[in-house]
Amino acid sequence: MSAHHSQYQSAIARVRGKGSARSGTMHWWWQRLTAIALIPLGLWVMIQAFRIAGASYSELMLWFSSSVNAILLGAFLIAGFYHAMLGLQVVLEDYVHTPWVKLVSLIAVKLVGILLCMTGLFLIIRLVIAAQSGG
Amino acid sequence: MSSSQQSEGTGSVKAGAQSRPLSPHLQIYRWQWTMLYSIMHRASGIALVAALVLIVVWLMVLAYGIGAYHAFNDFFAPFYLKIPLVALSWCGSYHLLNGVRHLVWDIGFGFELAHARISGHTVMAGSVLLTGLLLLGTNLSLS
Repeated sequence: MSAHHSQYQSAIARVRGKGSARSGTMHWWWQRLTAIALIPLGLWVMIQAFRIAGASYSELMLWFSSSVNAILLGAFLIAGFYHAMLGLQVVLEDYVHTPWVKLVSLIAVKLVGILLCMTGLFLIIRLVIAAQSGG
Repeated sequence: MSSSQQSEGTGSVKAGAQSRPLSPHLQIYRWQWTMLYSIMHRASGIALVAALVLIVVWLMVLAYGIGAYHAFNDFFAPFYLKIPLVALSWCGSYHLLNGVRHLVWDIGFGFELAHARISGHTVMAGSVLLTGLLLLGTNLSLS
């Protein structure tokens, strides 16, 4: 081959990013970061869930009138769905081997996850506005 | 815990168009507690995806109005439908505590087999305890 920039690269620079996943480190880090966030958020959600389960509609609207509750629940949805999508990716990669089935299911799961998360966030905002303005 | 194809009986792996025999492993290798705790971490994680979806559904029900909310509560009134909800919260407790166990491993502690076994038992006991505590503070009537 004639002169190519790779002749000036070190060996390691030449091979970085060429593995099948190109990068696994980001996945590992984000899994841990969302996990750390989910320790307090998840605990909080579980405690809240058991406290307000079966409560009356007006009691629930009271709960939603708190901006803190709304923000924490929204943060839980974002961290939770991101963590779940990363986790499901690993599960699918472990158990699905037919290449096209694996790719399609990975894409579908992640897109549905994003859609569900956005739906949840939208609904939280709607509920908070309703609870804070009318009750 | 990543694994190649697992199947019952003789087991086989599909590589391309061929189906090649797989040497038995689950039927042969002696089960360790750590293996059980690991697969439960994965199983509880998968179950919790259903919990996430349920939360979004619940938000939809609330936004729809008081009628929908009452119908939702009535749907989950029977005892046998409260059991999966409690099971999901146990999954949440277990996955959270075992997740902390994983994070401690990531920092570098607790890899001695005896320690891993003990921390696993602790997580299991803790998850049952945590679920019990949550139930005690619940507004749900369980009858």
